[in-house]
Amino acid sequence: MSNPVIELRDVKKSFGPVEVLKGVNLKVYAGQVTALVGDNGAGKSTLIKGLSGVQPYDSGTVLFDGQEVDIHDPIQASQLGIEVVYQDLALCENLDIVQNMFLGREELLQKTLDEPSMELQATKALQSLSVRTVKSVRQKVSSLSGGQRQTVAIARSVLRNAKLVILDEPTAALGVAQTEQVLNLVQRLADSGVAVLIISHNLADVFKVCDDISVLYLGRMVTQIETTETTQNDVVGYITGTKSVED
Amino acid sequence: MTNQNSTGLNLAAQDIASGHEGGVVDQVKAYFARVKNGEMGALPATGALLVLTALFSYLSPYFLTKLNFANLFVQAAQLTTLAIALVFVLLLAEIDLSAGVAAGVAMDVFYLTTTFGVPWPIGLVSALLVGVVLGFVLGFFVAKIGVPSFVITLAFFLGLQGVALILLGDGGLFRVEVPEVRAIMNDNLPVWGGWLLLAIVLLVSGGMGLYDRYRRTASGLVNRPLSLLLIKLAFMAVVGGGVVYVLNLNRSASVKEISGVPIVIPIVLLIIFLGTFLLDRTKFGRHLYAVGGNPEAARRAGIKVVRIRITAFMITSSLAVVAGLFHVSRIGVVEAAAGRTIVLSGVAAAVVGGVSLFGGRGRLIHAALGAMVISIIDNGLGLLGLSAGISFVVTGTVLALAATVDAVSRKRSGGIRRS
Ligand SMILES: Nc1ncnc2c1ncn2[C@@H]1O[C@H](COP(=O)(O)OP(=O)(O)OP(=O)(O)O)[C@@H](O)[C@H]1O
Ligand SMILES: [Mg+2]
Repeated sequence: MSNPVIELRDVKKSFGPVEVLKGVNLKVYAGQVTALVGDNGAGKSTLIKGLSGVQPYDSGTVLFDGQEVDIHDPIQASQLGIEVVYQDLALCENLDIVQNMFLGREELLQKTLDEPSMELQATKALQSLSVRTVKSVRQKVSSLSGGQRQTVAIARSVLRNAKLVILDEPTAALGVAQTEQVLNLVQRLADSGVAVLIISHNLADVFKVCDDISVLYLGRMVTQIETTETTQNDVVGYITGTKSVED
Repeated sequence: MTNQNSTGLNLAAQDIASGHEGGVVDQVKAYFARVKNGEMGALPATGALLVLTALFSYLSPYFLTKLNFANLFVQAAQLTTLAIALVFVLLLAEIDLSAGVAAGVAMDVFYLTTTFGVPWPIGLVSALLVGVVLGFVLGFFVAKIGVPSFVITLAFFLGLQGVALILLGDGGLFRVEVPEVRAIMNDNLPVWGGWLLLAIVLLVSGGMGLYDRYRRTASGLVNRPLSLLLIKLAFMAVVGGGVVYVLNLNRSASVKEISGVPIVIPIVLLIIFLGTFLLDRTKFGRHLYAVGGNPEAARRAGIKVVRIRITAFMITSSLAVVAGLFHVSRIGVVEAAAGRTIVLSGVAAAVVGGVSLFGGRGRLIHAALGAMVISIIDNGLGLLGLSAGISFVVTGTVLALAATVDAVSRKRSGGIRRS
């Protein structure tokens, strides 16, 4: 297998006396969907925040494309090619899809907004993910469903040429059909060569789209295992701590 | 066109629309679909304008006279400018209750400096600077410290009334002897000037419309039917032509002829044009709407939210000073009590026009239409000889009504709908 896009080695993070990440290792590969599962409070969000630069780690090594990097703010993470799709979506309802996809990175022509160029790129990004549910790229986000909003948020990371896309519980608020759509989208994103790290509590979803499952238990990575080599029952065991790799 | 698809994704066959597809009929249908969804835009204000015009024409023989027609535009100019000023903070879901008295204080500064022999342009710049500084301070309190804008601007509303009293002394009116300032609201363009103005408006609108179409075509994007642009221009030509024609007629009751488009009108049009350009076509404008729509999303997108907020307050205060200048030009005096009541009419105008109090929604032209509605109500009730009390009650009722419509339409267009 090729080199991982991102690799964490012995990453630690404490809040005062509480050690939340106790030396975590993780590898995420291009073109693969890696699941990050674990019970509430296991440290998943803390792990993500270190990668997105919101909350840097205390110690440990982060390798991006094999290079050691020190991610200490969100802008730097974004420059490396790390995009996070937050659970609460971070879209502006009063703006349309194009405007949201380019928010904060508007393209200019003679100091004014270059609308045709942005519209074209947004359309292509959506098409590249075979998005079928969106009627018009000039639709206001307020008129979109939850799944369509996730779609826009994910397509935004395509536009930004992300190498690693992190999704925090992307299907938590969605119905069956929309969950299906978003999972398909995640699959296509990975197929296009992006490394995807997805946090989920829904093991059925995880087994549907993920190539790789990594399980956090009380701040330790119990295992990172290929989906084909494990079962849902085993993963539940890892998550709840009733099973460890030695068993 | 710089960086899409470097990942080598295969383009799917199906197209995603942009809202520009179809003929005139499709476009009209799409427009009504948006209206039904709660994006009413200028529709309520336009309707109100027509109804009120018909109503007052029926009730008062003076309403549709040439003189009153011109008066209406001059009266509306001041309120329009204030309403436009307020849009910048309303888009952030903030408010500036001090805009009226801030303008009053700025014009007191103008009066004092020019009275002591400072040339009027410098006096005007000083007045505008007062607006800029006040706006900065307000914005700082709101954006940096986190004081609710309602409270801090109410505090300034009271405090600045005190400043006006201190500057001018108790009571009394003070004449402003600057002919250039008096001219704004009292003098008119020559007859040919009115037609030239109309020609410029049509040329600029048409030119920008064509340029946008050209840019879309060059990018390989679909355009709306050209006839739509032509219809819009024809509509502007007819309405604008009618207005210029009537304003160019002699409206004097005495021997001395009075005719022409009031000088203030091109100034207001220029403010609307520049402001709309800023909001629709620049990064700052886009970011202002974004912060108004979802500050957290804007922050995560790397937008400097504090800077945007402070700038919006600065624009509001400075434009309010221009409205104050129009007021002084019309009545010819400054007084300590100036600007106390008009700010609520300004808010009413913006909201009646379709600017949302919840932020993120509204355009300058909406505020201008709303200002026209409020001005017609004021003017019409005045002609009917009804007391100022009635006028306040009606304006208050209209504001309450508009705010209700705003809240209801927000409910209808907001919230996640499952497809
Ligand atoms: N800023 C903080 N200060 C102190 N403790 C924190 C902070 N952030 C997280 N923690 C603690 O770290 C632990 C891990 O939290 P984290 O949010 O990473 O869990 P999680 O795996 O994302 O859980 P969930 O599935 O509920 O989202 C928790 O015990 C939490 O209380
Ligand atoms: Mg979490």
